Amino acid sequence: MNWFTKFLTSSIGRKLIMSLTGLFLIVFLLVHLIGNLQLLIPDGGEAFNLYAKFMTTNPVIKFTSYGLYAFILLHAVQGWLLWAKNRKARGGQGYAVQATRATGTNAGIAKRMGALGTIVFIFLVIHMGQFWFKMKMGDLPVQIYDGVEVNDLYAPVKAAFSNIGFVLFYVISMLFIGMHLMHGFQSSFQTLGLNHQKYTPFIKFLGNAYAVLIPLGFALIPIIFFVKNM
Amino acid sequence: MLKEKLKKMSHGNMNLTLKVWRQKSGQHKGNFETHKVQASEHMSFLEMLDVLNEKLISERKTPVAFEHDCREGICGSCSMVINGQPHGPQRGTTTCQLHMRQFNDGDVIAIEPFRAAAFPVIKDLVVDRSAFDRIIQSGGYISVNTGQAVDGNSIPIEKDLSGQAFDAATCIGCGACVAACPNASAMLFTSAKVSHLNLLPQGKVEAAQRVLSMVNQMDEEGFGMCSNITACEAECPKEISVDNIARMNREYISATLGSNKTA
Repeated sequence: MNWFTKFLTSSIGRKLIMSLTGLFLIVFLLVHLIGNLQLLIPDGGEAFNLYAKFMTTNPVIKFTSYGLYAFILLHAVQGWLLWAKNRKARGGQGYAVQATRATGTNAGIAKRMGALGTIVFIFLVIHMGQFWFKMKMGDLPVQIYDGVEVNDLYAPVKAAFSNIGFVLFYVISMLFIGMHLMHGFQSSFQTLGLNHQKYTPFIKFLGNAYAVLIPLGFALIPIIFFVKNM
Repeated sequence: MLKEKLKKMSHGNMNLTLKVWRQKSGQHKGNFETHKVQASEHMSFLEMLDVLNEKLISERKTPVAFEHDCREGICGSCSMVINGQPHGPQRGTTTCQLHMRQFNDGDVIAIEPFRAAAFPVIKDLVVDRSAFDRIIQSGGYISVNTGQAVDGNSIPIEKDLSGQAFDAATCIGCGACVAACPNASAMLFTSAKVSHLNLLPQGKVEAAQRVLSMVNQMDEEGFGMCSNITACEAECPKEISVDNIARMNREYISATLGSNKTA
């Protein structure tokens, strides 16, 4: 086997892929949240719709978005592969009594990253089908700003978020994303070997803050929409 | 004499119910067997098992097979899972150093072998841990010609560094990390062995090749991957730190990308 393939299929190499794609997705979440906060500007969706047009037409962003889709799939597929390999390594016979301890604070989440990730993936499929797919397929109403036709992505957002079912779906999904981030953020640094007496406490703090604030920011948008439209 | 001694000891103050895993061999199916045992709180866990075996032998039954050697916490033989915890409830302690005062009269204690695909059961509580030996053989050594011992102070080593290397070197290779890990990963063991040598000047010479070969062998043996759960650190009788895993990851990545060595 070629040395590079061997590296990427080794136990550490596989985790490295999880770590790097995970970190990319972590950064993406921040960009996505900043963009989405424009939904809260009281201008009937003009700022958000213009932003959505920019995000779907700018060539640099288009190129990055293909990377994003690839990384989401790579992160998910590699995650499932790891789950299967780890299960195989554990062997068929489990313990009759399960009581192992852990020194880390996120052990409960760490053990369930595969399940949490799968929930997040299902959320992503529904979420992208609801907005991204409509935007790409162009079956959206059109708004005209300064004589330019722009897809009105704001309309389906407003419609979805006046439905209590969707609001709950988004808020609960954010809880799962938060848990996934709570472990994933700090774990990705440990996997890269970036463990340091001086910096690790800060990375852990930042990871916990990120895992609370980013999903909270996302969850607030449907809640605010719902309350405003009541 | 031993029999008399054990008989005396068995007049203990604790009545225990043991649920012990019995399995004739790797080919046979195993199951739990329930036994009553009287023990003294001053006994070690292994001494309590000795009492059980004496009883079984006197009843002309097959004694429970379990591994033990030094009985002073440094050989790493006494591997078993007690009430769901490798080496039992007391932190930083091997089974042989675990005393019955950690339990109460009337307790039910479940005793199982270490579970991992790479640690197949040989008999009862004994598992085959030769996968660890093969990991050591792949790089857990330094190549020096034998001869007169050099003066210990001829190579200056920073105290902090030698301390870290020594902490890693306290790993007794018992396999509790693998038994505790939901993924049956051997990263804590392998990283302790890599760290112990790679941190020191004598080990630096072969550092890149060592980490590549040892990780490669670890993967070949079919151990799982690290999810940074830290169960290994909590259950390790020598309290080896997961910082070693980060160090191994770092050294593996740099040895792969930054040296001309391959596994």
